[in-house]
Amino acid sequence: MTAKLILSLDGTFIQEYLLSKEHTTIGRKAHNDIVIDNLAVSSEHAAVVTILHDSFLEDLNSTNGLTVNGISTRKHFLQNNDLIEIGKYQLKYLNDQVSKTNAADFEKTMIMRAPVLAVQPPADKPGDTGVFHTADLQAGKPVLPAAAPPAVQRAAIQLLNGPNAGKELELVKGLTTLGKPGVQVVVLTRRPHGFFITHVEGANFPSVNGQLMDGKPLQLNDHDLIELAGVKMEFYLKG
Amino acid sequence: MEDALEIVAQTHSGMVRAHNEDSIATDAACGLVVLADGMGGYNAGEVASGIAVSVMVTEVAPPLKESSPIRRDEASGEELAVVLLNKSIHRANESIYQASQSQAQCAGMGTTVVAALFYDNRVAVGHVGDSRLYRLRGEILELITRDHSLLQEQIDSGVISIEQARHSQNRNLVTRAVGIDADVIPEIHLHEVQTGDIYLLCSDGLNDMVEDDDIQSIVYAMQGNLALAAEQLIQAANDNGGRDNVSVILVKVKQSFAQPRSFLERLLNWLKK
Repeated sequence: MTAKLILSLDGTFIQEYLLSKEHTTIGRKAHNDIVIDNLAVSSEHAAVVTILHDSFLEDLNSTNGLTVNGISTRKHFLQNNDLIEIGKYQLKYLNDQVSKTNAADFEKTMIMRAPVLAVQPPADKPGDTGVFHTADLQAGKPVLPAAAPPAVQRAAIQLLNGPNAGKELELVKGLTTLGKPGVQVVVLTRRPHGFFITHVEGANFPSVNGQLMDGKPLQLNDHDLIELAGVKMEFYLKG
Repeated sequence: MEDALEIVAQTHSGMVRAHNEDSIATDAACGLVVLADGMGGYNAGEVASGIAVSVMVTEVAPPLKESSPIRRDEASGEELAVVLLNKSIHRANESIYQASQSQAQCAGMGTTVVAALFYDNRVAVGHVGDSRLYRLRGEILELITRDHSLLQEQIDSGVISIEQARHSQNRNLVTRAVGIDADVIPEIHLHEVQTGDIYLLCSDGLNDMVEDDDIQSIVYAMQGNLALAAEQLIQAANDNGGRDNVSVILVKVKQSFAQPRSFLERLLNWLKK
């Protein structure tokens, strides 16, 4: 699925351009791929460089510049639905491969055919394997949608005894370590369906609500009481 | 070698794929670990990665039982360990290429490969494609291999920044693979090893789903329990969507493993200095 630019003026559709070439130019003069005949537009205003499924917008030292999503820029890595504005004209960038492809194909690794001849000298820099034949690319790899991070429940533990009693530790990371690696470690992990406590190493196993843990992870519930080597802590969810 | 290294390996098909096209193999006796991420239609990806790991172990392990990994090869001047690793990747390439030429359902199959051979307080690392080797030393997690991928080339040439690469739609396009052509160019490097180092080999199903910082915190926190660390890494990839097969091999260096040398060798080495 080729990406495209949709040209419009004040919300009125003018024309659609497929980004099928590696280099697409935008400007006032007739030799450009996308011609915008308006005095606010420079003769060669901007270019879009497309490498397989990625497109990059570049300002070609235009007089009046351009904006992407309202922000003035000289070089921009285009993302689906980006709105480019040149003078009073708008160009909408659409790259909707995601919806067009089969979910089962996600993340399939593909080979870019770079013929390796037995006589070819070893590449002198990593990745330098010669010329790519993009035409040989199978079906092209579908794109993962920028997955919105799942709404994460916030939680914390509060120390109940010892010199730091009352101190609160919010579990902001995916994994929070209690103890010292190499000696005694218990970790609290945040997963999509909740928080878990796991004993990693050391002679002291924690207990939860008075129940001594084994080596398996245990899901924590609001107001669970954790005890580790004499230190008491309360786990609670934050609203 | 068994005393010096602790090795844990795990693989999982992920949350989306029905097949697991990754293959892993470990040989603690000779200090070899291999991970391959296959590609190709039907189950050809599994076939390719399976051939790669089995051929590599068969090529490397038996000769090391007979002779020392530091013996220099007369033709190339390289140490036996490096020669074997290099040869094994070429052999794997031949086997896969021949199979894909002779069997219609295997046409076009290929695989990435990353392998680490530990010997004489060093590790020889060979890779093709975008499967990776990381090293945790102290608190620092470092990527040791450099992907043979379009994205990496774009980063190298400055077309795209590392930050932008996260949003690239050109992921998973490898520029080198084992078995797709008559020959292959493996990238092989030697690295010094320190006691306490932890090496992580993984398929892109891990590093595409889990940020390096999160990989670091898991391996660092769980270094005392490698099996749990491997499980946690796979779980993190799956919790984040698990869009691909995910495989990890963890190798912890428990003690020094210098190759015993004869008096004469030591003298010659000393004279060379």
